[in-house]
Amino acid sequence: MTGGEGGHDALFDRAPDDRVRVLDESGALVGTPPDMSDAELVEIYRHMRLARHFDERAVTLQRQGRMGTYPPMAGQEAAQVGSAVVLDDEDWIVPSYREHAAVHVHGLSLSEILLYWMGHGAGGWGADANVFPAAVPIATQIPHTTGLAMASKLGGCGGEDGGVSGNRPQAGDAVACAYFGDGATSEGDFHEGLNMAGVFDVPAVFVCNNNGWAISVPRERQTASPTLAGKAAAYGIDGVQVDGMDPLATYRVMRAAVEKARDPDERPRPTLIEAVQYRFGAHTTADDPTVYRDESEVAAWRKRDPIPRLERFLRETGRLDDDRIDEIEADVRAQVAAAIERAEATARPDPETLFDDVYAVRTAELDRQRATMRRLRDRYGDDAFLRD
Amino acid sequence: MSTDTRNLTLVQAVRDGLEIEMHRDEDVIVLGEDVGKNGGVFRATEGLYEEFGKDRVIDTPLAESGIIGTSIGMAAYGLRPVPEIQFMGFIYPAFDQIVSHAARLRNRSRGRFTCPLVVRAPYGGGIRAPEHHSESKEAFFVHEPGLKVVIPSTPADTKGLLASAIRDPDPVIFLEPKLIYRAFREDVPAGDHTVPLGEAAVRREGSDVSVYTWGAMTRPTVEAAETLADEGIDCEVIDLRTLSPLDRETIVESFEKTGRAAVVHEAPKTGGLGGEITAILQEEALLYQEAPVKRIAGFDTPVPLYALEDYYLPSSTRIEEGIREAVEFP
Ligand SMILES: Cc1ncc(C[n+]2csc(CCOP(=O)(O)OP(=O)(O)O)c2C)c(N)n1
Repeated sequence: MTGGEGGHDALFDRAPDDRVRVLDESGALVGTPPDMSDAELVEIYRHMRLARHFDERAVTLQRQGRMGTYPPMAGQEAAQVGSAVVLDDEDWIVPSYREHAAVHVHGLSLSEILLYWMGHGAGGWGADANVFPAAVPIATQIPHTTGLAMASKLGGCGGEDGGVSGNRPQAGDAVACAYFGDGATSEGDFHEGLNMAGVFDVPAVFVCNNNGWAISVPRERQTASPTLAGKAAAYGIDGVQVDGMDPLATYRVMRAAVEKARDPDERPRPTLIEAVQYRFGAHTTADDPTVYRDESEVAAWRKRDPIPRLERFLRETGRLDDDRIDEIEADVRAQVAAAIERAEATARPDPETLFDDVYAVRTAELDRQRATMRRLRDRYGDDAFLRD
Repeated sequence: MSTDTRNLTLVQAVRDGLEIEMHRDEDVIVLGEDVGKNGGVFRATEGLYEEFGKDRVIDTPLAESGIIGTSIGMAAYGLRPVPEIQFMGFIYPAFDQIVSHAARLRNRSRGRFTCPLVVRAPYGGGIRAPEHHSESKEAFFVHEPGLKVVIPSTPADTKGLLASAIRDPDPVIFLEPKLIYRAFREDVPAGDHTVPLGEAAVRREGSDVSVYTWGAMTRPTVEAAETLADEGIDCEVIDLRTLSPLDRETIVESFEKTGRAAVVHEAPKTGGLGGEITAILQEEALLYQEAPVKRIAGFDTPVPLYALEDYYLPSSTRIEEGIREAVEFP
């Protein structure tokens, strides 16, 4: 990468509540646009359209009983896509459960994502992508991110086995990026992870997707700190707030943070990015947000929807037209439909896989338990296990 | 005490129990994630915020160690906190506070400081939930001296055991079987209602085999017992209700009658309470024993994602088969 985002200092030497912006709600420029090609800009748009459509279909699948509980991301596409496109393949994403778009950009297929929410062990992780399995226990992924970044900085020790995941780092190039919500900043793991990142000055980026709510708890009741970005000061690292519903602003900040992580030039490597955004839908499909928040609040945030905003900017600057948009629309629909078909066509996992990958080598006791299952299935059929 | 009853589900009985205790004792407070305005993600605290206000039903930040740690401070200073942990799988950030402090504050101060709090948490599988939402790790807490551990299986017991737990001078881990939160209703005594801690309930009397269970496994176990009755196997089903301290007397008494036993739990087999119950029988009633004690349990694997969840949890066929083995031995 070039030093294209040059003015790092301008991005990092600012008050925590001095939010970085590039596009306003109407798509007009209010800040410096990132240095990107037209194709890269349109690709961000396409990814956001894909994410929105995927999300709508996933919610529908849950309603139809074709999928389990699902955490929707509508409204949060810009922060996910605008940041994830910055990462190189060798970089790591360490996500929470809501980063469907970010992990897809980084290489997890849509069907792998769907399979996880369909309760299928083959889903949720990619064989090739540097994406950690989604962390459901809040904030637990944050110290992992620091650890991945520490390993990256320390570099390979020349071991033959290539590390457990076959990804022994090459001398300090990979950056690790955590995603988590505003609620996660209240957990001890947030503090411990960021504190260690600061002490060891590791190449990590901590992206806080502040969507205003942690289920029913509003951001103001989560912490008395005026901003989440400001918490970075406690760890001696840079903290910056960005309009997380502006994909171009997110991109700029993320790119600066990633470049700084690779080449710190007297600044601390780690960065806390507070991407301010809103979740349009429910916390999960099991949640009813009307109990705790006003429709008027949702309506106000919908005006900041990242997708029409970028669309307007791209149209007005001649980078996108009706034909291209139709093409993208058709493409996105086909891609999601194919992913659903692929996920649903995946055979129900063999029940005996239950006993696999608990340890590298199945223990004798697990072998016995597996044999018990086999005997019962032989004798009574699978009905022996299906609870009524 | 009135003889009025209300027909409630198990989760409604939690709510009813909390409400009554909060009226009875104004030191009782509820705190946790989403317990206030939202009424709890399972609606176990619905309406309490409106009724008792924000100082007695407290929406906390997302911080389990903070929730339990502050509860310990409050309990030591005279309040009766009833913190909720949203799912048992998320209790671990608070594990240190629970085992290092709540469990032994009394002991470390020779009774000067005590910790009368009740940690409520839904536990167990079977609801097609995402990862980490289905664990039953009661054994962790039973293993910790100073804690009491309670798991109800009926609405009436839920209300009565919760009231006893709140009035108890020591910390109680109160695990609620979310699989049956809304599975059935039962007449629950209205108003003040307690069920003593430490007493098991005989759910079905029988003479051939003693089957010990608790929580969500109680119903399928009783059903299996009915099925086996048609085959001429007469099961005694004992719902332990309190896992710490265990009701050794009821456990042993039943075994002395039957000489055969099975334990049904959804937690993993190894290190689960089935082993403890087996040891009690060995220690106290060895000469009555006619067959190995059969453990019917979750497998020693993480709870799988929900596509295979049914294979993990003991099903009625597995329960029946296990009991038959205990009865047919040798
Ligand atoms: C340790 C832990 N405690 C509680 C929960 C239950 N829970 C799941 S999501 C959530 C709110 C998370 O809010 P936030 O971190 O802001 O992320 P968001 O869901 O808004 O993306 C809670 C309390 C959990 N998953 N893990």
